[in-house]
Amino acid sequence: MTEARSGGRPFSRPRSPHLQIYRWPITMGTSILHRVTGMALSFGTLILAWWLVAASMGADSYAVFEGAAFHWFGRLVLFGFTLALVFHALNGIRHLFWDVGRGFKMATANATGVVVYIVTLAVTVLVWVVAYRSMGDWR
Amino acid sequence: MSVKTPLGRVRGLGSAKSGVEHFWHQRMTAIALVPLTIWFVWSVARYAGAPYGEVIGFLSNPFNAAAMLLFVLAGLYHMVLGVQVVIEDYVPQEGMKLALLLLTRFAAFAVGMVCAIAVLRIAV
Repeated sequence: MTEARSGGRPFSRPRSPHLQIYRWPITMGTSILHRVTGMALSFGTLILAWWLVAASMGADSYAVFEGAAFHWFGRLVLFGFTLALVFHALNGIRHLFWDVGRGFKMATANATGVVVYIVTLAVTVLVWVVAYRSMGDWR
Repeated sequence: MSVKTPLGRVRGLGSAKSGVEHFWHQRMTAIALVPLTIWFVWSVARYAGAPYGEVIGFLSNPFNAAAMLLFVLAGLYHMVLGVQVVIEDYVPQEGMKLALLLLTRFAAFAVGMVCAIAVLRIAV
């Protein structure tokens, strides 16, 4: 690019940072994850629908659902479902605070982002501890 | 001084003709989903591995059935509004955009209807 004030000599202007060399800010990560988890949860509604339909159709249908849910891959999907739901809910609460104009300071937004990550992991693990205890109790 | 007409100002719909309806409805459903999600996650964790009869007993309780229906319907509405924004952000072709927006809504209505019938069949 030739700058008007360069006296006609070509000179390279500074370019804006590209995504690949940009240090990912915490807020960028949480923002992208909010979308990704939202889209994942949209497809997750199909699992919820399957559960409700299976329950309404009788013990045999419910057994088929349970077979899929208890399978290791089913558990993996449901763990991902839990992770996405908990993250989207907690980060959504963070968004609601922003909606009323609170927590916009850079330091605050970064701190709440880290809190959301940590609490998401803690709550997800807690939910699965409760779920596994329930499985033991019902047996 | 605003260049808007008094009628335009009192309607408050802006150039997109929809005002803050989308924003507001997404926030309303978000707020409603906070307690509903806590209830849902807790309930599912408690009833994980429960015998069929216990699950039916749980969903037969009118309060649980109502909470489940509200969770599904508020969730699907929130989903439609959210997915709409994602589609509008990433799909520039008008035809494809329209098709995906319609698909999202039809899918939400279908899933919502099936879930509602399933819950009511158990509870009623």
